[in-house]
Amino acid sequence: MALLLLILESLLIFVFILLFCVAYIILAERKILGHMQGRFGPMHTGWHGMLQPIADILKCLIKENIMPTAADKIVFILAPVMSILPAIMCLAVIPFSKNIYAADLNIGVLYLLALGSLGVYGVATCGWAGNSKYGLLGSIRSTAQLISYEVPMGLAVLGPVMMARSLNLIKIVEAQKSFWYILIQPVGFFIFVVCSAAETNRIPFDLPEAETELVAGFHVEYSGFKFVAFFLAEYMHMFVTSAMAAILFLGGWKGPFFPGPIWFMIKVYSFLVLYIWARGTFPRYRYDQLMQLGWKFLLPLSLANLVLTSIGIVIFG
Amino acid sequence: MMNDYTGVLIFLIIAIGFVAIMFSVSYVLRPSKPDLKKLLPYECGNIVNEDARGLVSVKYYLIAIIFVLFDVETAFMFPWAVVFRDFGMFGLIEMAIFLLIILIGFCYAWKKGALEWD
Repeated sequence: MALLLLILESLLIFVFILLFCVAYIILAERKILGHMQGRFGPMHTGWHGMLQPIADILKCLIKENIMPTAADKIVFILAPVMSILPAIMCLAVIPFSKNIYAADLNIGVLYLLALGSLGVYGVATCGWAGNSKYGLLGSIRSTAQLISYEVPMGLAVLGPVMMARSLNLIKIVEAQKSFWYILIQPVGFFIFVVCSAAETNRIPFDLPEAETELVAGFHVEYSGFKFVAFFLAEYMHMFVTSAMAAILFLGGWKGPFFPGPIWFMIKVYSFLVLYIWARGTFPRYRYDQLMQLGWKFLLPLSLANLVLTSIGIVIFG
Repeated sequence: MMNDYTGVLIFLIIAIGFVAIMFSVSYVLRPSKPDLKKLLPYECGNIVNEDARGLVSVKYYLIAIIFVLFDVETAFMFPWAVVFRDFGMFGLIEMAIFLLIILIGFCYAWKKGALEWD
């Protein structure tokens, strides 16, 4: 019985995120970007384009599947699956409130970081499998970028972990009862936000996709639902990093007046809007600048932040 | 029968099921009219003259090696971060020595130009 309830809850969480944090965020992104540029965005399917996500999914489902002759067939099919499986599995540990989650792991933070980095395999193999020069360039770049920004991200996450003395996401939120960790970890928060934009391949760090030089980057050879799998994985990663930021730095579901899940979603959505806003505002980084920023600025900064935090904790208790 | 990881297993099954359903629905719905030119690797209309899988710049290998160094380091720091308060000053100094050794390596790599892109 309890198992049945858990399965039902997991399905609900999955469908909710698929609809309101992926499908409609894609629409919101197109609408917001459109209005930022003085256009309307999608207008024709439904009221103000409200049915656009459904039309997009249907369109991608009936697109022809193209399997390039030069491609490595098995890897070519497996790559999108390898990309989307970890992205969906990340959702299991996100706590929407004290009681709404699918799994309450002692190592929640490690689990999220580990599965987040498993996504690299999908990206790395898909460019290689397609055997297109654009795809290969995009996937090599993307792999280097993802692993470079993973290190400062892991170090930035350590700050809240040290203060909450736990890797459990729910305990970390409970530890923020009196104040949010962003107040004493502003540098860590900044590093986390920058790194999460890089980890999810968002502008200003969208080098792997760089339309103007690599056409579509690592997934250039993909069509139909295989393409959608990469797309969904990217947006689910966006949701997961936003949720991580909300949990680790902004006090998760804590807040006055509204019930917990609403506060949690408000925090998550403000992050997602921040990503979209950045996309409408910033130009793309150059690749050497991107790597220099990661290794020469963010990494020393996160190490310094870590050392100062630990010294502060030992001195002030 | 149920433990902490049951939810993770359920999500793995949901993920596999979702992918399987979507792939099979698209397999049923989509057209399939392959022809020789359509299946060539995409190169903006140029004639494909060679295999894409060639040599990769050595910079990427360097980044990968430095990444392994630092990722192992962060893996060590996670358990430390949870319990270091119980050790007080001792835990702090021990981690400082560990960090110092890593930092020497990092400075060496920086000085040697492993982080430069030109």
